Amino acid sequence: MIRTPESRRGRPAHGRRPVVLVLPAVLGIAFLIVPLAGLLIRAPWDTLPSRLFSAEVGAALRLSLVCASLATVICLLLGIPLAWLLARGDLPGRGLLRALVTVPLVLPPVVGGVALLLVLGRRGLIGQHLDAWFGISLPFTTAGVVVAEAFVAMPFLVISVEGALRAADPRYEEAAATLGASRWLTFRRVTLPSIMPGVVAGSVLCWARALGEFGATITFAGNFPGTTTTMPLAVYLALETDPEAAIVLSIVLLLVAVLVLAGLRDRWISGPS
Amino acid sequence: MRSTARLAALVGIVALSLVGCGSSPTGSAGQPGSTATGEITVFAAASLTESFTRLGADFEAANPGARVKFNFAGSSALAQQLNQGAPADVFAAAAPANMKQVADAATPTTFARNRLQIAVPKGNPGKVTGLADFGKPDRKIALCAEQVPCGAAAKKVFGIAGITAAPDTLEQDVKAVLTKVKLGEVDAALVYRTDVRAAGDQVEGIAFPEADQAVNDYPIAALAKAPNAAGARAFVDFVLSAKGREVLTAAGFDSP
Repeated sequence: MIRTPESRRGRPAHGRRPVVLVLPAVLGIAFLIVPLAGLLIRAPWDTLPSRLFSAEVGAALRLSLVCASLATVICLLLGIPLAWLLARGDLPGRGLLRALVTVPLVLPPVVGGVALLLVLGRRGLIGQHLDAWFGISLPFTTAGVVVAEAFVAMPFLVISVEGALRAADPRYEEAAATLGASRWLTFRRVTLPSIMPGVVAGSVLCWARALGEFGATITFAGNFPGTTTTMPLAVYLALETDPEAAIVLSIVLLLVAVLVLAGLRDRWISGPS
Repeated sequence: MRSTARLAALVGIVALSLVGCGSSPTGSAGQPGSTATGEITVFAAASLTESFTRLGADFEAANPGARVKFNFAGSSALAQQLNQGAPADVFAAAAPANMKQVADAATPTTFARNRLQIAVPKGNPGKVTGLADFGKPDRKIALCAEQVPCGAAAKKVFGIAGITAAPDTLEQDVKAVLTKVKLGEVDAALVYRTDVRAAGDQVEGIAFPEADQAVNDYPIAALAKAPNAAGARAFVDFVLSAKGREVLTAAGFDSP
């Protein structure tokens, strides 16, 4: 029997699905979906609208959206050039560099928050000079929230954009170069448009990660309503005093997550196109 | 029939003699009949971290078969975890209000009292002198969130002093507040006197008169659904014993 690579990859083998695979798979589905359903089942639907439009929820949601968006902008400004350097820079020790800049991806966020505090805190390595020279102190400020979120979320953007750069056809860039374009012009007019889907997918992921950030934020930026209490912090704190409020806040975040996934569709999972 | 009765009598005698052995004077001080064995899970307020860790080690030394495991956090977070069914034997809170939140803690006993103190970083860089500095917006201030006992006590002292505090962050437990002081990220914070003492020379404490009017009672209770009921009672008795009082007093707690 002759099989082309496509048929081998795309079409399942004939016969019944083996129970040893289906049973754990169904358990896996239940494990992932039941907790989210539980959130919806336990939601106080009758008081939901009034709670949703309360001042505290509004302040936390607004702060979360603003901070996550600002963090994404910072990630785009720094992350796209960084991804370009990793994909096209021909740097020595590139593998090590990539490993280092993606550490925040796997680092427990609280550890990231402690690290930020030790470097950018008022007595930190850099923070003490910021404080002495410019009177800038990041902890306990909204700017501190943005810094914490950008620190945690940037690797998502970098990885996504770098993948897109690697998948892009370098011949277009070479053609532009032979036509006399500088590397900056080539990047702007040829490379960037061709990797746009990867940039978009990366920024959406980056934004979603920033929106959900908890550990680094509460460690580095503290918690004060209206200044640094983002949605995840509000959920955590509300759980101690008013579990129903925590459920309402959680549903808002769940909704945002679903919207993000719907927007992304399978762009991230199937890799940059 | 008769043999059964005789067997029962025999079992009774053996049991009595075992109890007799247990309560013999060989038991350690303050711990008569040291029968506690197995694992004892204690949920305790963050401000008890040092004193209870010490008491746990002493308890284990007195009861070689027992192991004490601690979960230290803000009292409100612990109360929430207990109500959600977290398996624990003993709950020690920093305020009666948080103990009341736990349906399972029927008969708590007050075992210590604590009062607030101003904590400033070593050298007092913000030149904080008293409670009035907490109202100045140019000072970086950390307080406990209102739902944890140290936050409730802080609210009370500000009310008494007639000061509107201008905090920059509201932390979930007193140790998180203390950390911000240790790192020098804030100019001043309100923590317990025991926390200032536990931090050693990393922070400086400033006592203030209003603290005397907002003293926290610390209740402790063996939980009704304790997996290790005997161990729970033994640990509570140990905390309430003379030995327990000694450790708590050394940490800066007042007697109830």
